[in-house]
Amino acid sequence: MTEIVMSQTPPILHGPSDKEKKYDRQLRLWAASGQAALESANILLVNSGCGTVGVETLKNLVLPGIGRFTIVDEAVVQNADLGVNFFLDETCLGKLRSKCCTELLQELNPDVQGEWFPKQQGTVELDQVLLDSPTYTLIMYTMPISPKDLAALKEYGQQHHTPLVAIHSAGFYSYFNIQLPGTFPIVDTHPEAERTIDLRLTKPWPELAQFAEEMTKDMDQLDDHEHGHLPYVVLLLHYLEKWKETHDGKLPTEYKAKLEFRETVAKSARTNNPEGGEENFQEAVAAVNRNIKEQTLESTLAEVFSHEASGNVNVKSSFWVIAGAIKEFHKKHGCLPLPGGLPDMKAQSSVYVKLQGLYKAKARKDSQEVLEIAKSLSDGRDVDSAEVDLFCKNASFVKLVNATTGDQDLKEQKANDSLAEVTMMPLSLFPIYLALSATTHEPTASVDQIKASVHSRLPAAADDMRVVQACEEVARAAGGELHNISALTGGMVAQEAIKIITKQYIPIDNTCIFDGIASRCQVLRL
Amino acid sequence: MAASSEDGTARWQYLNHIRKTKGPFNPPTDDEDVTPEMLDTLGKSTILVIGAGGLGCEILKNLALSGFKNIHVIDMDTIDISNLNRQFLFRKSDVGKSKAEVAAAFVERRVQGVKITPHNCRIQDFDEDFYMQFQMVVCGLDSIEARRWMNATLVNMVDEENPDSLKPMIDGGTEGFKGQTRVVFPTMTPCIECQLDLYAPRAAVPLCTLATIPRQPEHCIEWAHIIAWEQEKPFPSLDKDDPEHITWLYQKALSRAEEFKIPGVTYSLTQGVVKNIIPAIASTNAIIAASCCNEALKIATSAAPALGFEDNYMSYHGDEAIYTNTFKYEKKEDCAVCGSLSKPLEVDPRWTLQELVDSLATNASAQLKKPSIRTDSKTLYMRFPQSLEEKTRPNLEKTLREGLGLEEKQEIAVTDPAFPALSFKFFLRFT
Repeated sequence: MTEIVMSQTPPILHGPSDKEKKYDRQLRLWAASGQAALESANILLVNSGCGTVGVETLKNLVLPGIGRFTIVDEAVVQNADLGVNFFLDETCLGKLRSKCCTELLQELNPDVQGEWFPKQQGTVELDQVLLDSPTYTLIMYTMPISPKDLAALKEYGQQHHTPLVAIHSAGFYSYFNIQLPGTFPIVDTHPEAERTIDLRLTKPWPELAQFAEEMTKDMDQLDDHEHGHLPYVVLLLHYLEKWKETHDGKLPTEYKAKLEFRETVAKSARTNNPEGGEENFQEAVAAVNRNIKEQTLESTLAEVFSHEASGNVNVKSSFWVIAGAIKEFHKKHGCLPLPGGLPDMKAQSSVYVKLQGLYKAKARKDSQEVLEIAKSLSDGRDVDSAEVDLFCKNASFVKLVNATTGDQDLKEQKANDSLAEVTMMPLSLFPIYLALSATTHEPTASVDQIKASVHSRLPAAADDMRVVQACEEVARAAGGELHNISALTGGMVAQEAIKIITKQYIPIDNTCIFDGIASRCQVLRL
Repeated sequence: MAASSEDGTARWQYLNHIRKTKGPFNPPTDDEDVTPEMLDTLGKSTILVIGAGGLGCEILKNLALSGFKNIHVIDMDTIDISNLNRQFLFRKSDVGKSKAEVAAAFVERRVQGVKITPHNCRIQDFDEDFYMQFQMVVCGLDSIEARRWMNATLVNMVDEENPDSLKPMIDGGTEGFKGQTRVVFPTMTPCIECQLDLYAPRAAVPLCTLATIPRQPEHCIEWAHIIAWEQEKPFPSLDKDDPEHITWLYQKALSRAEEFKIPGVTYSLTQGVVKNIIPAIASTNAIIAASCCNEALKIATSAAPALGFEDNYMSYHGDEAIYTNTFKYEKKEDCAVCGSLSKPLEVDPRWTLQELVDSLATNASAQLKKPSIRTDSKTLYMRFPQSLEEKTRPNLEKTLREGLGLEEKQEIAVTDPAFPALSFKFFLRFT
């Protein structure tokens, strides 16, 4: 024991740095790679109206440490601002809101740079700001916005492939809409750990099959301790082999066969012990359902493959090169590269570590093969092996956002609502979006003006009772923000911005509507 | 310089406009106009915030900007550097100071006219008289035990003769990109204890795995934490916030991991396992705190229907797109706090009383760490006073059916020092 410890280099026992300490609770979510992406992000907020929802969003991005932000806002601070915006105080009255909010936001995190426009009271030329600034990673704008500014932002977004987030908060309602530049692939989607387990029980590679065979060849001769510590992976591989012998080489993938197979495994446990059973056999029985099934391609990955083939991908980023390589791999082997993880299971330490090593070695080998295929493809020469490793580990859970073009519309939402009583689904929040977006340029519009605007956009909607109610509720707010609704919306937008900037977890596609009366959200593609 | 905002009319114009204007979802019977006096009631009510951490900082800001003027906040913690990524009322220079005091002073400074009274202590340090002064309680806690205590206290305070004794409780919680908001009208709607099984404790790793067959880095860390520390006692008592102590555990765990060739023990993982760290970010706290305060404002002003009597629970999931589930959680008749029936407790009749005692800590519907147990005719095990503990200790070794003569359906009452006002009633169900 001492020998082992001595023979290894002593570990470097450095504690966490100050930055790691400060960001500890978020690094446990998005790791150093996500943090680095945040720290190099440069975010623009074009602010207007009551001005709270955008500033609350920035607060939630400054705290985790984005690199830099800019606020464009022509407003001068008035008393009404102090009742809704936390990043202003008495001393700000009569001053530029952009400057005051920037300064109070920067207090939250000395690592973050802040900038504001205009520099003096008056109007600001958004075109000029965009032209003069370093490229923005993400742009947010709040309603109301002038058609001219909106056009300038959209043009910038197209030119620079910058995601645009439109945010509207009024009274008890809000929505935000994300326009991503083209198809947005995410590899590091963070699926729940148990979903990612792939044990290859139905298709063991030779080393794994041999390992299981050796461990079980004289199973009945094993003493109780050894028998009770055979890992369930080994047990299942053993009983699957025996099953195939009596079932024409077929696996128990059908429901009835699975039940029978589980029974076989359960009955093989030794019961002449004080516990009256064996934990490893119980684990084996419990693992049958999830782990013994035909290998199928996750629909999200199938979408990636067909998207890749469709020729819709003009820019051959490394993502698409690796996706192409994995498709080749899948065609050749009939399965995806092995993710390589092994869940905990009852076993002797040394046996478990060996088994874990088998899974890891196979994963490394598969990843290496994918890397070689990728390098042989056009644009694949510089593909990075770490990126291939990550892709192979997550292949089943890779997700394309903004890949479809079909939008949801009122008709579909009304059809869903008419079934709501049967399906037990909550009613659509589409009416809230319609009513709010009717005030994009005119925040204080009257009920009749809002209804007229909805009518001109969607004649069929104007008489719908729920649309009328939403128009009345929006008119009630007269463009005023409620702090809680804006703080909540600012939290949601910040979560989405973090997902987009770090390319981790899955952002919405593409509009989220919040109803602060019923206290719920709905995401629609609009 | 702009005009002074003495009467607040200009400052609160957005909020007051909405409060004065009826919307389509206000009850049609409510045709009274909102008078200036009615607008004022919000400023006259007193509201209690529990916790001045990730949720608490947000809640204080939100309540101050919702027109509440008299706020109290309780938190016994001091500020740590790892709070600064989300607890936005604190700066690096505040590390080590009281959370309640720094948060209260900051919001008072920023929002004119709000009075925030900090209490740098535990919620258990106050009695019912103290809690009676509030109209509502908003909780931003990370401890289930504190929530259960507060919930039980508020349920026990309800006096049917006195409508002011009913204090709505709004409870928020977060983990990573997820969170939830709950609204409880004590005794009238399901309470926190009714929903206890939503927070099942994680199954502990068996001691024999830690002692003889570790497989995961976590097993090595738990071994260092539970076994090596007790054996070697490198410091008089374990302080999980002392980097020297964590470093000691890390080194122990690491050498054990090397002995068994187990990869993955890091300082950060050691800290995470020992302190049971839950990831926390500013944006999720913002969402859940604002949702809680939105409900508080709606309850206090009737500006719109609130959660409570119909839907009473909103869960928020932000890691895979955004999904909220808003629903009506049902009251449980066998709730230990607000119900009248006893709960079933599955036990093996061959268990010793000690095994029953241990199982109460991990049982999702009990979660009692220091239980004392009696039936209506005899005391099975009592922790306090010491004389009774010594007298009942031999029972711990006896089996339930043979040794103690307990029968199926036997009712037992369990008490725990964490919830002094409560007696948890169970009936045995033999497996």
